Amino acid sequence: MDVRDWKGVWVIAEQMEGRLNSVSFELLGKARELKARLKTDEPVTAVLLGENIAGLDLQLARYGAEKVILADHPALKIFQNDAYALVLEEILAQNKPSIVLMGATAIGSDLAPAVGAKLKTGVAAHCVDLRIDDNGDLVSVVPAFGGKVLGDILCPGHRPQFATLKPGVLGKPAILENPVFTTVCHDPAKALAKDPGRVKALGVYREELTGVPLEEAEVVVAGGWGIGSAENWELIKELAALLGGAVGCTRPAVDECWAEGEHQMIGTSGKTVRPKVYIGAGISGATHHLCGMKDSGLVISINKDKEAPVFECSDLAVVGDARSILSQLIEEIKKIRA
Amino acid sequence: MSFNIAVCIKPVPDPQHYDKITIHPVTKTITREGIPTIINPVDKNALEAALQVREKFGGKVTVITMAPPNAQENLREALAMGADEAVLLSDRAFAGADTLATSYTLAQGLKKTGKFDLVFTGTESADGATSQVPAQLAEWLDMAHLWNVREFTVNDSGEINAKIKIENGSIEYLVKMPALLAVSRDINKPRYTSIMGVMKAKKKPLSVYGSPDIELNPSLIGLTGSPTQPGAIYTPSLGRKGQVVEGTPEEVAARLIPRIRAAGIVL
Repeated sequence: MDVRDWKGVWVIAEQMEGRLNSVSFELLGKARELKARLKTDEPVTAVLLGENIAGLDLQLARYGAEKVILADHPALKIFQNDAYALVLEEILAQNKPSIVLMGATAIGSDLAPAVGAKLKTGVAAHCVDLRIDDNGDLVSVVPAFGGKVLGDILCPGHRPQFATLKPGVLGKPAILENPVFTTVCHDPAKALAKDPGRVKALGVYREELTGVPLEEAEVVVAGGWGIGSAENWELIKELAALLGGAVGCTRPAVDECWAEGEHQMIGTSGKTVRPKVYIGAGISGATHHLCGMKDSGLVISINKDKEAPVFECSDLAVVGDARSILSQLIEEIKKIRA
Repeated sequence: MSFNIAVCIKPVPDPQHYDKITIHPVTKTITREGIPTIINPVDKNALEAALQVREKFGGKVTVITMAPPNAQENLREALAMGADEAVLLSDRAFAGADTLATSYTLAQGLKKTGKFDLVFTGTESADGATSQVPAQLAEWLDMAHLWNVREFTVNDSGEINAKIKIENGSIEYLVKMPALLAVSRDINKPRYTSIMGVMKAKKKPLSVYGSPDIELNPSLIGLTGSPTQPGAIYTPSLGRKGQVVEGTPEEVAARLIPRIRAAGIVL
């Protein structure tokens, strides 16, 4: 393979029932940055698969796509990995992009490695950063051991250079008001004819979320093992609600059933958040949690142990009892509102 | 109806101790001294899922790993949990494999071992956490696959009805065998091993295969077969200058509220 034949930075965008996943916008921001580093003229290209998705190209362009490739087909209505991987394999093999970025979502975690295997190329998973080295190759920074260690991953001899990034790891880029872009429709029929028909998508079930989504919240109030009881957990919920924020947690709070479930978990095996204000209570600060919140604005941690590792990653290290401090904060904010 | 089932497991350093992992200042390699090697936690959910299918329909459960020789201990534990047979793929030539080379080697090991109706894996390993081996293994085996399966049933015609967890919801699928299911940790509660199980495990077959024992394309295994190459490793910088706040709850609240406001939150 002559790697020089493969050019440009692409993003595989993700949509569900006509709504784009915000990770696609984050990836487009990064793609623009990588394009600038590479000094290439190749347009930043977004690929989107689905059914009735014609109207979504403008949104992708507003976040930086200069070219949008749409594969619109009833068979692509709901994510089905055989169909999606075959269509992407065809599009990528025909167009030869050098770098391909995808969200490390539930869909991306299945689709990216499958397409990587079809194209016999390397995929760097769950990257926390990307850069270009002096040879013009992509360097993907991946976490290991729950984020305790970061490592560079290169893919010098194969193309495309695939990387997946978790939602929230990159910030959302600025919106372009009047983007100039082209839209191309790719007929997926030929690729879909190869689908062996062994996987059939029956339906999508949405979980109705109460309150603000964790990744989009301006305030996150998170609790861990140190909260101590389901009764005290109510304080976490009350403070989050008062601040118009979302509740986050660590693994023990899920295991104890204080938190609603894994969708509230922050960390390398959970969500990545970057709110304006993060308040963590009763969290000792294992690396895998810290990796999920380290890019927050103001970090306030409440822990009764002065030596808690979380304080190494906090702007305000509150040494004290979480229950009484949370109660007091709630009371003060209620007074201000009254 | 009975099924031939494989479960792929990975021995990993116990994730409870990851905060003890350091990078050696001179050799720049990872130091994991004193951290025990255990079965990757979610792989036990994969094994539990396999055992439940066998208990319902009959069949055989083979547990397989690609790992250094001492992984036999972890395989014995899987046998003690209830697997029938174990296979260890171990060879220096497999070292340095990325997910593509690992999944190829596993696929060839599985092909040598039998013809499987179902392959179970966990969603991801605790150490590398790429979550890529399940989909790539299924690609090499050319079988249907689902990732992040949180519930499934096998119907009378041998089809699998499964739900995968996605962000804020789930997708339901109907899948034909042979199929690979990468299960999430909320799918079941793995059983404990009993003393009886441990005793029985000692007599169960455990095969060790090196590269000459399996049909392998040497250009697809180990470091040679890995499109990705590792570069530098380092510790993330998490540091912030923590300002200590102490005092009565009233004093603490009085100091926090102006800072929350200054960060742009309207109270």
